[in-house]
Amino acid sequence: MSDIASRVKAIIVDKLGVDENEVVNEASFTNDLGADSLDTVELIMEFEKEFDIQIPDDQAENIATVGQAITYIEAAK
Amino acid sequence: MKLKRVVVTGLGALTPIGNNIQEYWDSLVNGKSGCAPITYFDTEKFKTKFACELKNFNALDHFDRKEARKLDRFAQYALVSSDEAILDAGIDFIDVDKFRVGVIWGAGIGGLETFQDEMINYAEGDGTPRFNPFFIPKMIADIAPANISIKHGFMGPNYTTVSACASSANAIIDAFNYIRLGTCDIIVTGGSEAAVTIAGMGGFNAMHALSTLNESPETASRPFDATRDGFVLGEGAGALVLEEYEHAKKRGAKIYAEIVGGGMSSDAHHMTAPHPEGRGVERVMLNCLNDANLKPEDVDAINTHGTSTPLGDVAELKAIVSVFGKHAKDININSTKSMTGHLLGAAGAIEAIASILTMKHGIVPPTINHTTVDENIDQSLNLTLNKAQKREVNVAMSNTFGFGGHNACVLFKKLDA
Repeated sequence: MSDIASRVKAIIVDKLGVDENEVVNEASFTNDLGADSLDTVELIMEFEKEFDIQIPDDQAENIATVGQAITYIEAAK
Repeated sequence: MKLKRVVVTGLGALTPIGNNIQEYWDSLVNGKSGCAPITYFDTEKFKTKFACELKNFNALDHFDRKEARKLDRFAQYALVSSDEAILDAGIDFIDVDKFRVGVIWGAGIGGLETFQDEMINYAEGDGTPRFNPFFIPKMIADIAPANISIKHGFMGPNYTTVSACASSANAIIDAFNYIRLGTCDIIVTGGSEAAVTIAGMGGFNAMHALSTLNESPETASRPFDATRDGFVLGEGAGALVLEEYEHAKKRGAKIYAEIVGGGMSSDAHHMTAPHPEGRGVERVMLNCLNDANLKPEDVDAINTHGTSTPLGDVAELKAIVSVFGKHAKDININSTKSMTGHLLGAAGAIEAIASILTMKHGIVPPTINHTTVDENIDQSLNLTLNKAQKREVNVAMSNTFGFGGHNACVLFKKLDA
């Protein structure tokens, strides 16, 4: 697993209080990992902070799964 | 319209002297102080370095990590104490109409620590507003009853009353009113506060409201003593289940007491100072007696607001003498804040619970830490100093007053008295 992927997963485990095994690339924040709309906003903010990037709202809307988050951040770095 | 009778069928407490009803009552009777040096933050530069914090409270014993993170401490305390009261009343296990079960909660401030931490975070940044999406919903004072209703599915009236240190007494009175009017069968009421924070201690210190007896935290809350120098900040929660009498009887509920009156008034005098003659305080006790249709001679015990401030304690006792006249000396008067400290918006709830348990056990908890007579206080009054007193109590009054001149008073009566 890339460094970015493991850091993304660690944030998701921490913020959503889910088991590490559940945080697979296909997992949807809302459908699989129990996030509500505010949790999702918080996740995006944590990614911004952790990786020192800006994720505009219109882009954030397209980040719904673990894999999409990793792909976006790898491209943005 | 004939008003319905309202009884208390469940109790819960999370206080600096006990984390449940049994522990709370045992400490009250034994005159235990909940005060100690502050552990939550570094107090080196603070004028007051002590408070009545909860002991051995770990949020993760009650919530999973994700849930705990989304709840300010004042909301965590609300959920823990209301869980105890709801379990005690047994209402989660019976067939109730959940549209007729409400939650009316009191909080003087709400999520002060959440507000403080978000502001610190913002101030340390580059000016970009990066607020946590849970900031507002964690902080707002009404989120405590919202979370209680979400947990249990109670779909009746749901809100928070805010009147500083009278908040939860106002919540109890509102709950009493909605049940006696027939709007609800059951209301979970009470209050919670978690203001032992940098902002809370700094803010109250700036008002010169807090005791600064740093050399002796355990004896700093000394209501009615000549050397008292301010209140001691406390935190925690108290919860009561109020229920319509026939509804409680029908389901065979355990009944602690009947709530028979609520009084409210305003000093209309000053933002923080009490009226020197206690005129608003006099009026609130009279309003409460009238509401209950009781005479001054009927009252056996008064749990005072008694915060251990130089002006407030004297004004309240003067008002008691004025309202109760010759009977005043026959009343067991106490201030349990000598043990718990001042729980602000939760004070009315934990003190109402103390009044109810006083009637149940026939024991009046003491006003501890008294050593020096105050010449300005009528010496014929029985202030229940230093040691609990056995006494059959059929009618008990509980007073609470808030900054802003908000006064609230409730009267409880033994069901069969």
